Amino acid sequence: MLIVRDILVASAISGSLAVILVIAQRYLNDYGDCTIHINQKRDVTVKGGISLLGALTDRQIFLPSACGGKGSCGTCKCKVDNGGGPVLPTEKPLLNAQELAGNIRLSCQVKVKSDLSITIPDAIFNIRRYNAVVSEIVDYTYDIKGVTFALTEPATIDFKAGQYVQLEAPPYVNVKQKTIRAYSISSKPEDNNHIQLIIRLVPEGICTTWVHQYLQVGDPVSFTGPYGDFFIRETQADMIFIAGGSGMAPIKGMLEHLQMTGCNRRMLFFFGARSPKDLYLTEEFKAFEQVFPDFTYSPVLSRANPEDNWTGRTGYIMTYLPEAIHDPKHTEAYMCGSPAMLSSCQKDLLALGVPKENIYFDSFG
Amino acid sequence: MTISPFILFWAAIFTSNILLTNFLGMCSYLSVSREVESSFGLGIAVTFVLILTSALNWLVYYYILVPLNLVYLEYIVFIIVIAATVQLLELLIERFTPALYYTLGIFLPLITVNCAIFGVALFMIIRRYTFLQTLAYSAGSGLGWLLAILMLAGIRTRIREKMVPTGLAGTGITLITTGIMALAFVGFSGIVNVQ
Repeated sequence: MLIVRDILVASAISGSLAVILVIAQRYLNDYGDCTIHINQKRDVTVKGGISLLGALTDRQIFLPSACGGKGSCGTCKCKVDNGGGPVLPTEKPLLNAQELAGNIRLSCQVKVKSDLSITIPDAIFNIRRYNAVVSEIVDYTYDIKGVTFALTEPATIDFKAGQYVQLEAPPYVNVKQKTIRAYSISSKPEDNNHIQLIIRLVPEGICTTWVHQYLQVGDPVSFTGPYGDFFIRETQADMIFIAGGSGMAPIKGMLEHLQMTGCNRRMLFFFGARSPKDLYLTEEFKAFEQVFPDFTYSPVLSRANPEDNWTGRTGYIMTYLPEAIHDPKHTEAYMCGSPAMLSSCQKDLLALGVPKENIYFDSFG
Repeated sequence: MTISPFILFWAAIFTSNILLTNFLGMCSYLSVSREVESSFGLGIAVTFVLILTSALNWLVYYYILVPLNLVYLEYIVFIIVIAATVQLLELLIERFTPALYYTLGIFLPLITVNCAIFGVALFMIIRRYTFLQTLAYSAGSGLGWLLAILMLAGIRTRIREKMVPTGLAGTGITLITTGIMALAFVGFSGIVNVQ
C-alpha cells in the first residue's frame, strides 16, 4: 500500500506542476494569429508562439534543418525583413558579420509573436503540393507513355525546364501504401497550368505499373515539386544533351523552352536506344533542327538488327563524343538516363577535357 | 552544520567553486563561453535559477518529501521541479519583459539541463544546510559559476588571436585552460572548508 501512496504523491507533484505549465502556456504564450509575408508574394497565417521554422513547416514550406531546431547547425537561415525582434545570443555564433548586416536569422530561434516579413530562396518557396487531373495519356513506345496533368489546386506551377516532381501513387489492388516516385517534367514551363511526365514501365515497378495499367484520363493525382538543379545554365557555351529511354523527358522540356526563348548556341542531342522500336518523338526532334540555327538530333542504336534497315548511328553515344566536342572548355553537357550510361559518358566527357562543373545530370535507377 | 551563511556564500564562490572544484555545469560552460557578452547573460541566468530552484527544492524536500517518507524520490522530484520552474520562468520573462528575454531568457532552456543546478540541490541535502544556508550557498555557487565562465570567455577571446596547434584548437585548448584555472583556484583552498 505504501508504494501506491508514494506513486500517488510523486504523480500529484508532477501533475500539479504540469497543470500550472499548461495554464501558463495557454495564457502567456498566446500571441493570436500572425501573418507571415513570404517573398512579398504569399501570405500565410499561423498561430503565434511557435518558432518561425515550425510555423513554415506547418504550412508545407520546408526550410532545411539538420539539427531539428536546436540552433546548432545553422542550416535553417532565412532573411527576416520585419518583425523578428533583435538577434538572439543563441544565433550570433552561427551568423557572420555580413549575414547580421543582411537581416539573416536562424528561423528555428525566431519566435513568431507578431506579423513577419521574410525572404526565402525561390527554389524552396516554390516547392509545394499540387493537385491535378490526368488530361492526356499517349503511348510513345510499347513501354513508354507520356502523361499530361492539368493542375487544379493550385492552378499554376512555376518551374525551370529540366526540374522534376514527386508523383504520389495512391494504394491500388495489392499495394497498401502510398508510393512516391520522382519524374522529370517533360513539358515547357511556359505552359504553367499543365505538366507532362514521360514514364517507362518498369517490370514490377509500383508507381510505373499504376501509371501504365490503372491510370485513366480524368483521374485525380497529387505531386510535390518542383525539385532539382538540372536546368539550362545561362552561358554561351556549346550544349551536348545526352539521354536514354524516358530520360528524354527533361531534355524535351529544355528544348521546348528554348524554342520559346530562342537560342543561338551550338546544340547536339544524342539519344541512346536499343532498336528502332525504342525510339519516339523522332520527327519532333528532327524538326528542332529547322527551329534552331545550330542543332542536330542523333539517335544512336546499340542493337539495331539488319532487318530494321537502320541507316543512322549505331553503337554507343560515347563513340560520337570526340567529334561532337569542338571546344571542351566551352562545352556543357546535360545528361539524363540510366546510371550506367551516365557514368560512362561522364568518364569520357572528363577525358575529353570538359570541366566537371559543366556536366549536369539527373540520375535515375 | 553551523557554518555562517555569509562564509558559505564566499566559500561557494572561491574555495568550493561549483565549476572549478566540482566540475559541474560543464556543457553550457564550454559551449557558450565564446563571447563575454553571452557568457555574462548565461551566468546571471544560472545564478537566478539556482537561487530560485534551490529554495523551492529545499521547501519541497523538507515539507513534502521528509514528512511523507519519500526522500528516496528526491532525484525525480528535484528534476521535475527544476524543469517546470525554468519553463515557467521563461514564459513569464518572454511575455512581460521582452528586453530581458533577449539578453537572458533565451538561455533558460540551456539551464534546465545544467548539472550545476541539480548538483547544488543534492549538496544542500547531503550537507544538511538550513534554508538560509541554502540561499547563501546557491547564490554563491551561481556567482562562482558566473565568475568562472566570464574568466574563460575573456581568455578565449585572447586565445583566438594566438596560434593554437591544430589538434588542440576549440574544445581541447578550452579544457586545458579550464584545468589551469582550476589549479589557480586551489590557491584559495584552506581558507575555509565547507565540503
